[in-house]
Amino acid sequence: MKIENKKYLKLSGLEPLIITPESNFINVGERTNVAGSKKFLRLIKERNFEEALSVAREQVENGAQIIDVNMDDGLIDGKEAMVKFLNLVVAEPDISRVPIMIDSSKWEIIEAGLQVVQGKCVVNSISLKEGEAEFIHHAKLIKRYGAAVIVMAFDETGQADNYDRRIEIASRSYDILVNQVKFAPEDIIFDLNIFPVATGMDEHRKNAIDFIEATRWVRENLPHVSVSGGVSNVSFSFRGNDPVREAMHSVFLYHAIQAGMNIGIVNPAMLEVYDDIPKDLLERVEDVMFDRRDDATERLLDFAETVKGTTKESKIDLSWREEPLQNRITRALVKGIDEFILTDIEEARQKANKPIEVIEGNLMIGMNVVGDLFGSGKMFLPQVVKSARVMKKAVAYLLPYIEEEKLKNPQIGDSKNAGKVLMATVKGDVHDIGKNIVGVVLACNNYEIIDLGVMVPPEKIIATAKEENVDAIGLSGLITPSLDEMVFLAKEMQRQNFKVPLLIGGATTSKAHTAVKIDPEYGCAVVHINDASRAVTVVGELLKRETSALYKENLKKDYDIFRKDFLKRQRVKTYISIEETRKNKFQIDWNSAEIIKPKQLGVQVLRNFDLKLLEEFIDWTPFFRSWELHGRYPDILKDKIVGEQASELFADAQKMLQKIISEKLLEARAVFGIFEANTINDDDIAVLTPLNDRDSDTERSRSVIFRTLRQQSKKAAGKPNIALADFIAPKESGIQDYIGCFCVSTGFGTQELASKYEKEHDDYNSIIVKALADRLAEAFAEYLHKKVRTDYWGYASEENLSNEDLISEKYKGIRPAPGYPACPDHLEKITIWEVLKVKENIGVELTESLAMWPAASVSGYYFANPEARYFGLGKIKEDQIEDFAKRKNINLEEATNWLKTNLAD
Amino acid sequence: MSKIQQALQKRILILDGAMGTMLQRYKFSEEDFRGERFKDFHKSVKGNNDLLSITQPKAIAEIHSKYFAAGADIVETNTFSSTTIAMADYDMQDLVYELNYESAKIAKKVADEFTAKEPHKPRFVAGAIGPTNKTASMSPDVNDPGYRAISFEQLRVAYKQQCEALIDGGVDILLVETIFDTLNAKAALFAIDEIKEERNIDIPIMISGTITDASGRTLSGQTAEAFLISISHIPLLSVGFNCALGAKQLTPHLEVIAHRTNLAVSAYPNAGLPNAFGEYDESPTQMAEQVKEYLDKQLVNIIGGCCGTTPEHIKAIAEIASQYKPRPVFQSENISV
Repeated sequence: MKIENKKYLKLSGLEPLIITPESNFINVGERTNVAGSKKFLRLIKERNFEEALSVAREQVENGAQIIDVNMDDGLIDGKEAMVKFLNLVVAEPDISRVPIMIDSSKWEIIEAGLQVVQGKCVVNSISLKEGEAEFIHHAKLIKRYGAAVIVMAFDETGQADNYDRRIEIASRSYDILVNQVKFAPEDIIFDLNIFPVATGMDEHRKNAIDFIEATRWVRENLPHVSVSGGVSNVSFSFRGNDPVREAMHSVFLYHAIQAGMNIGIVNPAMLEVYDDIPKDLLERVEDVMFDRRDDATERLLDFAETVKGTTKESKIDLSWREEPLQNRITRALVKGIDEFILTDIEEARQKANKPIEVIEGNLMIGMNVVGDLFGSGKMFLPQVVKSARVMKKAVAYLLPYIEEEKLKNPQIGDSKNAGKVLMATVKGDVHDIGKNIVGVVLACNNYEIIDLGVMVPPEKIIATAKEENVDAIGLSGLITPSLDEMVFLAKEMQRQNFKVPLLIGGATTSKAHTAVKIDPEYGCAVVHINDASRAVTVVGELLKRETSALYKENLKKDYDIFRKDFLKRQRVKTYISIEETRKNKFQIDWNSAEIIKPKQLGVQVLRNFDLKLLEEFIDWTPFFRSWELHGRYPDILKDKIVGEQASELFADAQKMLQKIISEKLLEARAVFGIFEANTINDDDIAVLTPLNDRDSDTERSRSVIFRTLRQQSKKAAGKPNIALADFIAPKESGIQDYIGCFCVSTGFGTQELASKYEKEHDDYNSIIVKALADRLAEAFAEYLHKKVRTDYWGYASEENLSNEDLISEKYKGIRPAPGYPACPDHLEKITIWEVLKVKENIGVELTESLAMWPAASVSGYYFANPEARYFGLGKIKEDQIEDFAKRKNINLEEATNWLKTNLAD
Repeated sequence: MSKIQQALQKRILILDGAMGTMLQRYKFSEEDFRGERFKDFHKSVKGNNDLLSITQPKAIAEIHSKYFAAGADIVETNTFSSTTIAMADYDMQDLVYELNYESAKIAKKVADEFTAKEPHKPRFVAGAIGPTNKTASMSPDVNDPGYRAISFEQLRVAYKQQCEALIDGGVDILLVETIFDTLNAKAALFAIDEIKEERNIDIPIMISGTITDASGRTLSGQTAEAFLISISHIPLLSVGFNCALGAKQLTPHLEVIAHRTNLAVSAYPNAGLPNAFGEYDESPTQMAEQVKEYLDKQLVNIIGGCCGTTPEHIKAIAEIASQYKPRPVFQSENISV
């Protein structure tokens, strides 16, 4: 199966450009040429590269398939400007997707340009002007750099200005390049010199016709080459008379293209549609081009006087509004434009027999395009969510008509959809951003989504699934206890003989957990999905009648193999007894340790905290991650692939953030306290807390105990088994130490604001609100920790760290959070709530799984010791859990339940 | 026609698997990396895997042996980072010639032993030329997108030095691999083309890019087809992809290439995608199953493994590949090796 590798001119930017005989004329943008554009020259002279880039971008947006870059000007350092500009162009994927034409009369500028562009460029240009030796030398280098080349019809004696000279120079150049240099003939483009006509001079009368005929000869006699030229030259003598120039360009191109000119520099704004040229003007222009009459020039000049000055108006491009209805609807969905959607939907409704057909026809056609683009990586998640917003608006508009239709024709059933999917965040968990995104994306693909929201008890999931006869159930969760909830549900579904696939997703879930813990409990397919684009494919395969059975069977097999592999691969870790670990604790020399007495002991509350102060503490990277845009902020805004989307999303998020701040739509509250504390019995921290705030100076205080867990895997020699308790001075040292704890929330108002958008069918902004609230809560935790370090406690008052430093945890002391690696025990939150009276003070509550409500909340401890550091507890053994249960005075079963995910098998 | 090209006409050639994954099994310490010769070196060298060609040559030879024994036709030299640019991290720029030369020698010796034992199945050595740790098309500084940490000229000089040493050490093929920035690869091709002209030799070149995400682009943003076009100006033995993705995810991108070139096509994916713990855990059987799709679709001529693959993976791949005919190859007329 030999591939038809015809010798086509193939170029590349970030994307390929292949020029075949079937290709339309290739238009080269020439606005980024200092010789051709006064504006561009000025921008480069002023070193305003940013605006110079926008000139390039505009050209590509306007359809240039190659951009010509030229920096040849006496007052510019051409080499420096070429490299600088090209380096910037390369960083802009919306420009550098097209190939670049490196244009200069100086070889050193061309070579410098070739060294900074990864794609296959075109060099513009070389010629025999300086003799064969130099021509060959340059051609060899161009070949080695991997570029195509424009060869000017120019030789040692001068520029070709008639038919014979053009074909003489072209054939000689071709012969040298192909036979001596071994240059690929398809990589050769001839510029056969377009000169003006109608200049009034007799020797110019045949300029156009000679070019056209020479083009024909070259394309017929020099295999595989292309022909190009700068079209505007031809109308040079009519400068100032755009209607005539536009007509001349069109006529010239029309004939030159037929003769074989396939590439050229044309300003699209200076081009009339050939068929729209008035008959009388067309005749006069053709007379000039083909030198058909002696008085052709005079007649065109006379005519020119009559049309002078009738310039075209430029307007905002709304030309797509003229397109057929379906195109308009599809475009609105793909681009997420809701401005005209209701007008278009109304038009569609009137044309349709039944209003439901608009959804099943027009809208689904559009959403299928969205689905395909998303599936193939050409659209990104935020765009899809915007498409969904348009879709939802359209559907909301149609619903009353559909209801009315149902009343009229009750025999007609409900609309057809691809299937019903129940989605829920499991009991005790409040996190729903990921679940909502998956829901929106599935809804876009014509699934009916029954979203039960957050903290959904298993009975409700089961009952709803039965009632609604759903085709699949999706469970989501962020905190570790949710993993058990999912296992429980799987068991329950099995007991009740469910036969619908179970989808698992959310931050703590993983394929490993799904395969090892959930899949074996349930007879039907269980599948772990962690991104929205995969959800569509997976659900599609699961619910499509033709593929379903096989797919489910394969999933089962896949998870079975995965599980076996996983269990096989489990490295056998050795653990030591809890007593032994305590002998190997993290050592701090308490006699020399610097312990700073907090400036202020006791509990403090902040309410109505100014959100504006948190803005600079926001870590944006996770915000993008929640939208499945991966990369670090701020680099992500310039990312080659997702940069454009990320920037757009960021702009929308900023807009929302400013609105939230200025209209005080969310309320930030915090409670924190710093207390005297000492470690007792190795792993416990005894904390002296005042009975109530006002009494902090009196003797009326009581002791509360934080229980910490200790790493139990066998460590390499010299590596300690750490517990958080190691960072606090032990009682027996006789040294007074301190500990802090806190809870912050920016979640008050989130639900209200998000629901408001949901009611407007605007999931996009609803998700932005929730994701922003999460970021603000994290920012608040960061802010408060800083204030504690530098002020309230004041152990690091000299600190001077940037936000990046904070994100990378360069500060002194730590603020570990219960439920996270250093202290995975969620139960500790109950103690914090008790110590700080969190619920009473700021209204943040704990669910039965000990998730915080509102969701945008963060709680944790403060450890000030400079040696304190973050660590992961890892797996622990039964003996520690027994010991922990005893210390905490709870029964073993309860303790095991809470620490199940940390228990070594 | 060279021996490699003859072999390519007859069967699907097997490339080896990961070097790093195998080296991890040795659990070499800082002292092991240093050996006697670098025991007082002023910088930590643990992690400089290429250095092991000098300090632990037996281990390197042993790994090559295991891969040949598993069925590999071609092994890669242990020189992924042996350029002055990548070695700067360890202050070992001066060792570059020796690293490449010795690595080539080690691999060639093992290959020759196997060829002597099994003359019907000649074994080859490909000089591994990594992407370096710098990129010529992208700025490391967000605030200055026009900035570049390395120039084409610096890359050309570094690659030229590496390739000359590899050729002196006796490699049969030069393999420019894990290309995340096409401009880096073009500098390597430029250097190789210069050497070919200066020494008046011909040596087969393999090119292998890396697609880094689901949208099917290289890190520097090119689509698979744009990448193919950008490196087609130099005569090549093969073109393909390695690393970043598992066998399954690589299929559509291989299809793009395989349907657009008459060169041989190579693929050496990772052992699946990293799992929740950052490990590659596709088993040899799983990977061979994925690879079967390439074979059924006639997409490849050369196949092997990247990150996470072991001799067991290569054995499984070799077994399945032996049951298939190679994708037909039509050499471009200007190759005459």
